Amino acid sequence: MTLEVGSGLTIGLILGTVIVVAAMLIWVERRLLSFWQERLGPNRVGPFGLLQVVADMIKIFTKEDWVPPFADRFSFVLAPAIIMTVILLSFAVIPFGPNVGVVESNIGVLFILAMASLGAYSVMLGGLSSDNKYALLGSLRAAAQMVSYEVFMGISLLGVVALSGSFNLRTIVEAQEGMWFFIPQFIGFVIFLIAGVAESHRLPFDIPEAEQEICAGYHTEYSGMKFGMFFVGEYLGLVLVSSLITVLFFGGWMGPSFLPPIVWFALKSGVFIAFFILLRAAIPRPRYDQLMSYGWLFLLPLSLINLLVTGAIILST
Amino acid sequence: MFKLVKDTLISQVVTLWGVFKKIFVKADTVEYPDQQPYMFPRWRGRIILSRDPDGEERCVACNLCAVACPVDCIALQKGEMEDGRWYPEFFRINFSRCIMCGFCEEACPTNAIQLTPDFEMAEYVRQDMVWEKEDLLIDGCGKYHDYNFYRVAGKQIAGKDKGEALNEAKPVDVRSLMP
Amino acid sequence: MITLFYLAGAIAVISTAAVIVQTNIVHALLYLILSLLAVAVVFYVLGAPFAAALEAIVYAGAILVLFLFVIMMLNLGQHTRDQERSWLSARMFVAPGIMSALLLGQFLNVMSQIDQDMTITRVGVMEVSALLFGPYVLAVELASILLLAGLVSAYHLAKK
Repeated sequence: MTLEVGSGLTIGLILGTVIVVAAMLIWVERRLLSFWQERLGPNRVGPFGLLQVVADMIKIFTKEDWVPPFADRFSFVLAPAIIMTVILLSFAVIPFGPNVGVVESNIGVLFILAMASLGAYSVMLGGLSSDNKYALLGSLRAAAQMVSYEVFMGISLLGVVALSGSFNLRTIVEAQEGMWFFIPQFIGFVIFLIAGVAESHRLPFDIPEAEQEICAGYHTEYSGMKFGMFFVGEYLGLVLVSSLITVLFFGGWMGPSFLPPIVWFALKSGVFIAFFILLRAAIPRPRYDQLMSYGWLFLLPLSLINLLVTGAIILST
Repeated sequence: MFKLVKDTLISQVVTLWGVFKKIFVKADTVEYPDQQPYMFPRWRGRIILSRDPDGEERCVACNLCAVACPVDCIALQKGEMEDGRWYPEFFRINFSRCIMCGFCEEACPTNAIQLTPDFEMAEYVRQDMVWEKEDLLIDGCGKYHDYNFYRVAGKQIAGKDKGEALNEAKPVDVRSLMP
Repeated sequence: MITLFYLAGAIAVISTAAVIVQTNIVHALLYLILSLLAVAVVFYVLGAPFAAALEAIVYAGAILVLFLFVIMMLNLGQHTRDQERSWLSARMFVAPGIMSALLLGQFLNVMSQIDQDMTITRVGVMEVSALLFGPYVLAVELASILLLAGLVSAYHLAKK
């Protein structure tokens, strides 16, 4: 049976792979981080500690799933479901290979931006419904951060869209046949990288959940599987941003033909996932006002100039 | 502008490269249960009660260790043998309180209580953390091999009168007029 | 496709009604987001995917996030809920009800006069942009000048 876009087998495979990869990232991140910090990391459970994921899952599934009596129950339960749904939906428009994907959408880029902006609700509702100081602080920070960085994320993508002339991610990949877009759109790539880290609130931009300052931020009151959904949602976001960078700037599935296209896609995304983990290992967290002023005073003008120059070059040729 | 780029971009890239290089450095981790670490002889770990070279208990139940203990985890009761030796009737250390500070060892006049380099003392039941004299007492001298309190102290016991200890002069006869 | 349209429309109407009668303001906002997303689906079904995406990004994704942001700052509790409940008496609904019934009658009257064959023409991104930068370029330029003014003033405020 061959894979084709939108068949049940493809959808099932993509969904399963994405969730398993996100769960495995818990182990990958701990292992890689420890190598960069001259430690060994979890290596006890199973070969190379691979079964640590299983142990973590057993732990998180059997933990008490507690809803605080002072919380707004409806929003409290809704919040972790939103982030999982939104990020898994975003994977629908990503072309994983020449004929692998869930849907063909002419507004793929816009769809992903829309889903990313809806993801902010998960964080905000989680913090607001917890009725907890730390959670409220975390979601306040998250709201401002995500709304701000969505702007640069969108504008930095417009250069790619202008070059390929389409919002369809598959067309964007096919337009990179001659040259991957990170060469003409290097500034856009850097801005998208930074904004992507901020969107998925990974370190160094994990200000909404900064452990040292505000406990765990918006998911302070969460436990059990609801916390697990936030946790896996963060890793799903990491996978999403990595595969988006691959699709938009690094030619998606393209590569020399000694490996199948899907392997190229996985390799490129894997490199970016490792890079995000390296960011976590290396770079300290900025202060909140530094983050905001960096975004609005530096990244926004830069992305606008990038768009302007790109448009001028396209028009002149 | 150049300073901004230097601060925000170049220094970050330098940091990233510096951390990335660490992946080729051997890890510092000691894989503990498989690979036992070297414990220094004066490490302050599990507390023991030692015996003197003759095989008698060194502890004379003076209670100095219990007084010195900052967390009050030592409890003991004095008893006396027929030959005049003092000994603890019970000697109890609550290791769930003990902070391994070593003050008891410093305070002990007879080198009876000593700290050893053993630290693997975890228990499942909290009550098992309370060690009695049978658990604490070992069949050796610990760190001081030839020290015997009653042989150097002036205390009179059966078979050793006053003045018969090592380096001890005969007691002065206060009723005599001789120099 | 047309059932999807009616379903999304019904969700939009019901959730908008729920926004009005809901006393918990966070829940009311959630219903408002739901209503906007339903409208986005309506746009998509009617052949305007670009408008649908913008609806989701701009309204549901940005503006209502700021609404929620403000509500988080206000520290609303049980007393606002009670206040809201005291305002939502049946008497309050009489005048708006009559007016919206009149408007609905007018709307139905107008709707009944146009032809029933609703042919869906899909309007893609290209067509929208061609229109925006063709006949309506003046409006776009005016809007961009307004945005530029906003941008400059925001930059100025942030610089302080």
